Amino acid sequence: MSAAPTGRPVAVVSFAQSPQVRREDHRNEVEMLMPVVEEVFSRIGVTKADMGFVCSGSSDYLVGAPFSFVSALDAVGVWPPMRESHVEMDGAWALYEAWTMLRAGDVDTALVYSFGRSSPGQLAKILALQLDPYYLAPLWPPPTALAALQARAVIDAGRATEEDFAEVAARSRRQALANPHAQLSGDRAPGELMKDDYVVSPLRRHALPPITDGAAAVVLAAGERATELCDRPAWITGIDHRIETHALGARDLTSSPSTTLAARGAGLGERAAVDVAELHAPYAHQELILRDALGLGAEVSVNPSGGALAANALMVAGLIRIGEAAQRIMDGSAARALAHATSGPCLQQNLVCALAAETPSGGR
Amino acid sequence: MPDPTAADEVLRAPHVLEYTYTRSVGPVIGAFLTGLRQGRILGATGDEGRVVVPPAEYDPVTARPSGELVEVGPGGAVSTWAWENEPTADHPLSRPFAWALVVLDGATTGLLHVVDAGSPDAMASGMRVRPRFRPEGERRGHLLDIECFVPEESS
Repeated sequence: MSAAPTGRPVAVVSFAQSPQVRREDHRNEVEMLMPVVEEVFSRIGVTKADMGFVCSGSSDYLVGAPFSFVSALDAVGVWPPMRESHVEMDGAWALYEAWTMLRAGDVDTALVYSFGRSSPGQLAKILALQLDPYYLAPLWPPPTALAALQARAVIDAGRATEEDFAEVAARSRRQALANPHAQLSGDRAPGELMKDDYVVSPLRRHALPPITDGAAAVVLAAGERATELCDRPAWITGIDHRIETHALGARDLTSSPSTTLAARGAGLGERAAVDVAELHAPYAHQELILRDALGLGAEVSVNPSGGALAANALMVAGLIRIGEAAQRIMDGSAARALAHATSGPCLQQNLVCALAAETPSGGR
Repeated sequence: MPDPTAADEVLRAPHVLEYTYTRSVGPVIGAFLTGLRQGRILGATGDEGRVVVPPAEYDPVTARPSGELVEVGPGGAVSTWAWENEPTADHPLSRPFAWALVVLDGATTGLLHVVDAGSPDAMASGMRVRPRFRPEGERRGHLLDIECFVPEESS
């Protein structure tokens, strides 16, 4: 499933996101998406009619209604008919499907969008339902508890301390000050954060992601169409996703072998040589695990957007990582970037996308 | 003809939402759940010397079919844990408890369950625990036939 050696190069040519907020009280999913789709199109002067394919990522469990993605299509407009698909996953995986479609050569452009409103439901219960129905779900473990088991394993293995988690949280929220879409930002020193209470020991409040409502959209284009639409497209030089067993207790929670495999599949090798890395690490300790899995050196700018600790809309935060990384290539501040998305408990499934300002070899 | 708008003439009928099918849990999960009803915990032998608990039909790493089922435990060691301060009505215990992965004696993987330890001060990675089964008549072939784990020294 890794990047095929042949096929046309595909690039991110536009990205937009909604304000990431704790609660969208007055807008439904369609109303949240409409301005985002409008913005992602207007940035490059296209309309829905220019799109060869549309793919979305969302979860019916969050909306509390079956086939909710069908009604969300109203944000794009369903007439005239279009080629459209949906994944019950983060939009990063919808982007993967669109990338596959563009590589195959049938279409030149694709709109990818995702939305997630966590505020109306009981997130801890909803996320327990994604677990093994016989062995895990009957206990109704909240996601924070499973993340805390992982954090303790990291501490016990001598890989990091609670102070290290606080450092990650402090840096992420400080960097989020420069991100107008971030939900949670601020300049608090790690030592101050260590005074937070435990939510689920060993995780204190600051090491947890906020609960977020949000939406995001990306336009992909292949070959020459990408350079027509964007002065400096963010070429996808490789993309891959891998998953680990759903038997939580059979995994080594202190490492992320599926991330390492996906990075290799995306052509990044053992030590990702990039300027920027946007990592989907909802919990502070997970950034440390991912840095190791990707072999990121100290010179790499990690999560300049603030990452998932600054906003973590389910089904959206992964696509935003790709959008943020691509944006830094499109605006000229980076030449090579890496984006990562995760799904499932304790980094069970991971997607890695490598982006570059230079057209990947293989030609157009 | 009765007035259909009169409140006492409104037709009422029960509407029961139900699954009209049963589902088999198969030869491995089924054996594990039956074992719990008997007060025994079973694991699946896998590749590279693994004994996977709770058992799966396939090895978690190589994906090859599991071998025979073997009894493990009942005691084991906590490999990692987290302290739950605010249990909800769904949780196995109504008082604060520890979530834990327990590697049972003879197993190589962790079983997720809860430990009734009273206080986080009583918890430590590596500590010994044993299961507290529900009384025999109350077991139903379900993960919660194990009510919780308890520290081994307290009996």
